[in-house]
Amino acid sequence: MTPPIRRFDAIVVGAGGAGLRAALQLSEAGLKTAVVSKVFPTRSHTVAAQGGIGAALGNMGEDHWLWHMYDTVKGSDYLGDQDAIEFLCRTAPEVVIELEHYGLPFDRNDNGTVYQRPFGGHSANFGEKPVQRSCCAADRTGHAMLHTLYQRNVWAKTQFFTEWMALDLIRDPSGQVLGVIALEMETGEVSILHSRATIFATGGAGRIYASSTNAFINTGDGLGMAARAGIPLEDMEFWQFHPTGVAGAGVLITEGVRGEGGFLLNKNGERFMERYAPNMKDLASRDVVARAMATEIKEGRGCGEHGDYVLLKLDHLGEERIEKRLPGIREIAKKFANVDPVRDPIPVVPTAHYQMGGIPTNYHGEVVAPKGSNPEAPVPGFYAAGECACASVHGANRLGTNSLTDLVVFGREAANSVIEFLQENPGHKDLPGDAADRTLARLARLDGQKNGERVADVAAELRRTMQAHCGVFRFPDLLAAGVQKIKRVAERVARTEIKDKSKVFNTARVEALELDNLIEVATASMVSAAARQESRGAHDRSDFPKRDDVNWLKHTLYFKEQYRLEYKPVHLKPLSVEPFEPKARTY
Amino acid sequence: MRFSVYRYNPDADAKPYMQDYDIALQPTDVMLLDALVRLKETDDSLSFRRSCREGVWGSDAININGRNGLACITRVAELKEPVVLKPLPGQPVIRDLIVDMSQFFNQYHAAKPYLINNDPIPERERLQAPEDRDKLNGLYECILCGCCSTQCPSFWWNPDKFMGPAALLWAYRFITDSRDQATGERLDDLEDPYKLFRCHTIMNCTEVCPKGLNPTKAIGHIRELLVKRVT
Repeated sequence: MTPPIRRFDAIVVGAGGAGLRAALQLSEAGLKTAVVSKVFPTRSHTVAAQGGIGAALGNMGEDHWLWHMYDTVKGSDYLGDQDAIEFLCRTAPEVVIELEHYGLPFDRNDNGTVYQRPFGGHSANFGEKPVQRSCCAADRTGHAMLHTLYQRNVWAKTQFFTEWMALDLIRDPSGQVLGVIALEMETGEVSILHSRATIFATGGAGRIYASSTNAFINTGDGLGMAARAGIPLEDMEFWQFHPTGVAGAGVLITEGVRGEGGFLLNKNGERFMERYAPNMKDLASRDVVARAMATEIKEGRGCGEHGDYVLLKLDHLGEERIEKRLPGIREIAKKFANVDPVRDPIPVVPTAHYQMGGIPTNYHGEVVAPKGSNPEAPVPGFYAAGECACASVHGANRLGTNSLTDLVVFGREAANSVIEFLQENPGHKDLPGDAADRTLARLARLDGQKNGERVADVAAELRRTMQAHCGVFRFPDLLAAGVQKIKRVAERVARTEIKDKSKVFNTARVEALELDNLIEVATASMVSAAARQESRGAHDRSDFPKRDDVNWLKHTLYFKEQYRLEYKPVHLKPLSVEPFEPKARTY
Repeated sequence: MRFSVYRYNPDADAKPYMQDYDIALQPTDVMLLDALVRLKETDDSLSFRRSCREGVWGSDAININGRNGLACITRVAELKEPVVLKPLPGQPVIRDLIVDMSQFFNQYHAAKPYLINNDPIPERERLQAPEDRDKLNGLYECILCGCCSTQCPSFWWNPDKFMGPAALLWAYRFITDSRDQATGERLDDLEDPYKLFRCHTIMNCTEVCPKGLNPTKAIGHIRELLVKRVT
């Protein structure tokens, strides 16, 4: 049985920052566009971003996109593609100004320009000293940005399919992408959304970890769909642990706290980052700060009864400054840590936060995969932007504020690429007759399963495995055991059972389908991590403690089929400037 | 801990009913949302929306012991037992605690919640004095959870005609933005016996807003502007 078919020029899957920016571009170009989202758009994870969006506006003093580029390349531990990074940093000021024109309520300086705060890893003059580059709306920048982009889409009359979950990608025998199969949650009906071009902006998969800053919806749906459709996943071993998640709760505390002058203390009251990063101190890159914190805890200098967290002190900023620049943090600290940061420090631990890897793209947002001798042949009709994509601008470690920049720069660029593609490729290509078969079989398996396991139990085992075997510090025996364990979890995922078989808004079914995606991401991450024999950025191995540019200055490509790994070169050549040669990374 | 939860599945139930649950909470179950997730582990048919679990998305707005709030920032230990959980009042129920928010969002869209400025687009940012930016505080932070509008009797009675506190808060957010040029047009839109003037300052909205915002005050400012315009 073929599900009903709806036709569009373009489909955007995901309505966070990247999806909404892409949708706006497509709507304004007059294309028939559908935005498919599991949640109402303003409930997308972009809304949780706090500290700001990075762009060298130079409002606070001298700044230059080339300095931003240097910081990003260095922050990536030289794994980032320098053509994509140049594109990101050069385009950033323009897209941030565009957001201001859309109405984003940025904080202001006395002269009326956008206020910018310092942030980790961002420096002036190639690492000389911290620079103020993060454009912010208090500590609610993501909220302000997501609402502004949604509002602009309301203005542009974009068509939304809200509370629809995309289940699988449709590819024809030539490999061209022709849309998605999607589930309307309210009715439980499955449809084919047939399109001439498809953009994935489905966000990250931070929910593969037990302790995560990520929302429940961050289940890597785009990555799962891509992997099942034979598309590789790039650099999945690189997971960012944000230094400051609230201990116990995992809720994010922005790096902007340290940008505004807060700092970390161990149980001796020592400002320990001075030892690890004498120049940038608490504003070193996130991987550096997270490792320093984990080391302090491991070596017995953690705080509290169990010595399992450190403290983030900001009371010295004063109540007025905290209320003006960090009001949301005060609210979160009171609610989730039971402390008022105006008086007391916040207990924090490194917490899984961001996936640097994803669906491989070039800097035009086109999804690329190996074909013949070309490691990066565009997959016709398929585009990706934001956290689900790997351009790769973040390499082995993302700088704070660059995620929001990534969303708008590449959301817009992917849409521009679609517009160009559609001009050259008029009309819909025919759907293959079996377009929905595998998806319907997956749904039928789930509904027919007898004596299966509960989704919650299998998901919990997946999260525990990732947390224990693929964390801040990685060990060869734990990684090898982790690969075996996660494969066993995958077998269990194939046998999950839901008791509730009803059609209307069946969230049990949605959670089971999300687990199908989580397991693809978890497996890709564990297998890729076990194979990379070096330490780079967020990937830190006890048996290979040094970066190895001779053997490992290359991107990982993971294929679902037989857990196969391939590698491809890093783009060391920027678009117009001289390359930044890999060198030792200190802060 | 005992919970009494509104249940309705149109696939199976002729009419809604209240179901009791007794569950042992774990020490890590701090917020009501943690408890709801725990309940769902025992009964996967229990349906509710949830996402960020930190009070910034607004997915999990429900009626908790008679008062609207967000499950993820409501401490479960502070609730009186049995904890009575119902969907947001006055909205069509899709299933269990999930309501159809269309009326709420339609009113939000009707508020023209976007910046209108017809000047040529400048090369750099439009300048805004910090004092003017400060006027947006207490307005732009709205998360569209719907707690306010669905606790408002005027909205229950006229959800198609009265815009409700959230939409009016957003209307004022743009009226008061120094960069917006459509104040006249926006006020014209609100000059109507229902859209704004059905607010009887009952103040339920302000009372329940989980973000501590004050829609009543915003509505008051719009009234003042409308009055000023006439005189």
